[in-house]
Amino acid sequence: MASHKATASRRAAPAVTPRPRRRFPLVGVAACALAVLCLLSLMLGSRAIPVDQVVRALLDPDHPGLDAQVEAIVRGTRFTRTLVAVLAGAALGLAGAVMQSLTRNPLADPGLLGVSAGAAFGTVVAVGALGVATLRISLWFAFAGAALAGVTVYLLGSRGRAGATPVKLALAGVATTALLDSLTSGFALTDPEALDRYRYWSSGSVTGHETGTLLEILPFLAAGTILALSTAGALNGMALGDDAAIALGHRLAWVRIRVALAVTLLTGAAVAVTGPIVFVGLVVPHLVRMAVGPDHRRLLTGSLLVAPCLLLAADILGRIVARPAEIDVSLVCALLGAPFFIALVRRRRLAEL
Amino acid sequence: MPVLELTRSPGRLTFRFSRLAVSGVLHPRLILVWLGLAAVTFLVFCLAVGFGSGDHTIAPPGVVAALWGTGDTADLFVVRELRLPRAVTALLAGAAFGLAGAIFQAVARNPLASPDMLGITQGAGVAVAAGVVLGLGSGLGTQVLGLGGAVTAGLLIYLLAWNRGTTGYRIVLVGVGIGWMCSSLTFYLVSRAELYQAHQVVGWLVGSLNDRGWAHAHPLALALAVLLPAALLLGRPQRALQLGDETAGALGVRVHRARVAQLLCGAALAAFATAATGPILFVALAAPQIARRLARTGAPPVTAAALTGAAIVLAADLIGQRLLADLIVPVGVVTGVLGAPFLLWQLARTQGSVARE
Repeated sequence: MASHKATASRRAAPAVTPRPRRRFPLVGVAACALAVLCLLSLMLGSRAIPVDQVVRALLDPDHPGLDAQVEAIVRGTRFTRTLVAVLAGAALGLAGAVMQSLTRNPLADPGLLGVSAGAAFGTVVAVGALGVATLRISLWFAFAGAALAGVTVYLLGSRGRAGATPVKLALAGVATTALLDSLTSGFALTDPEALDRYRYWSSGSVTGHETGTLLEILPFLAAGTILALSTAGALNGMALGDDAAIALGHRLAWVRIRVALAVTLLTGAAVAVTGPIVFVGLVVPHLVRMAVGPDHRRLLTGSLLVAPCLLLAADILGRIVARPAEIDVSLVCALLGAPFFIALVRRRRLAEL
Repeated sequence: MPVLELTRSPGRLTFRFSRLAVSGVLHPRLILVWLGLAAVTFLVFCLAVGFGSGDHTIAPPGVVAALWGTGDTADLFVVRELRLPRAVTALLAGAAFGLAGAIFQAVARNPLASPDMLGITQGAGVAVAAGVVLGLGSGLGTQVLGLGGAVTAGLLIYLLAWNRGTTGYRIVLVGVGIGWMCSSLTFYLVSRAELYQAHQVVGWLVGSLNDRGWAHAHPLALALAVLLPAALLLGRPQRALQLGDETAGALGVRVHRARVAQLLCGAALAAFATAATGPILFVALAAPQIARRLARTGAPPVTAAALTGAAIVLAADLIGQRLLADLIVPVGVVTGVLGAPFLLWQLARTQGSVARE
């Protein structure tokens, strides 16, 4: 009712229409930052490689002046690693953004709400218990686990009268993650070899992959991205409230299904490759919202571009602070993301979305 | 005027003596639940002592006799030297977890809050992992390390949640954040460790009663002796707090002080229990809810939750010892597996309550 009155008065007095705010050119800035970070990611590491050699190794690998070792590092390990970070970052950031909007919960993140743990559990069951060796099959287990965990957390978190409040969803996510983790480590403890494999993967890292595995997850990531971006208009409507969204012609159940499917595809595919990485999906949408405001068309594209920057930066940071050793990207993300999360919680009123 | 005046109302019995200045309210159902739970816990305890791992099995009457100090010398040896320390540790740890869970759930007013979700257990985990993998203070042993980590995490959570006062809500969320940070640090340490160290850390992290003796039971017993009465005393304003902060304040409760005292008590209980056994998941989550269902109270009943927790850990450990012929399954894995149906049960109740509303 109040909003109707407000619009009516605004129409009556055109003089008070707000001046269009100058928008921060986020897409351009983020794209440039991403390009720079990609180059840095190819250059930096336990052995630093100058930029001209990086470019040469990428464009002209048969050049006689090129060190074979440099070529192996750039084309063999760092290129794939950078690609993994970019893809996983984009997937997690986009998944986090649509989750926050759908649940109207500023603390939503695929990791925090148990979706990553579900995907991880699915992968461990496939690899550890059923002996599935190829990613093509274990990926489906990751999707199933992610979907199951996500639905469980949402139902657990929306019990009671007030619906899905941030605190209830966060607790439901932690409880589900704890359950899945204990089952996973139960698996791993009975078989030392499985423990050895599992502990590397479970720490969440972007290293040690081949370009071929990336090609296998690419279609799923693309499908998830398109699906998520297609919900932007509907999410704008739902931000006004469920009734307003229905009045605007959106079918809520259909939107929810699309978002859930997108989150499953994006998180499942990312986690199947990197292992669980928490907090990227939490932090990025908040940063993007600060820059471009609440319009989902800008928010989702912005998250898609900013999240890979963050993950790449975290990966590079993990490579250079403990040189020549490395710190896993998930640990860097957690150490940077947890303070952000706590700062968000410490605000007196948790922003409602 | 009668010596004793009794007033019955549904679910409670009020008594008042005319000469003595003594009066009170009894909840017959709660008393029945206590007695029932105490009996069940004692039975499970006897079974755990009688049928623990090993070939020598003793029927419950034999266990009681051996505990009393009479009976077969073989029974006496097996009971007193081999199985009693483990069973007592299980009993005490279960009670402490149940109590801690009841306190956290009452304060957070959420059935999914428990110390093993709120960073305290994860803090203990990081300390133990750092001790084993990096050798920081490794001479102290997992017990002291775990206690130190849990207490540090608890204090950190409290300090960070403080922003001109604090709320149960904010403590819970800050705890979730700290918990995530600690668990990824632990994962990192485990991934960098030698395999035997990784096995040791993961073995502790999963929660186990293997090789637990009097050295683990004694600190826990001392902690419970202090903290159980404290929890009961501090729980007195809880009935008012359940009505919401404003109402409780209007009823004369110092809301903030009462809540902080309760949380500190719960965190200390969880810290001592985790130090002794490692995190045994879902006991602190499930025990208070089961006790609450049995007693049909609003907030989880504290003592009943402790008894339920003790019974759960004892039973789960017995299952773990007897499930596989050649392997003792850690108690934390058993409770983890039992946690799945518990969460499903909570889900099923969700559907019911939504349908009713």
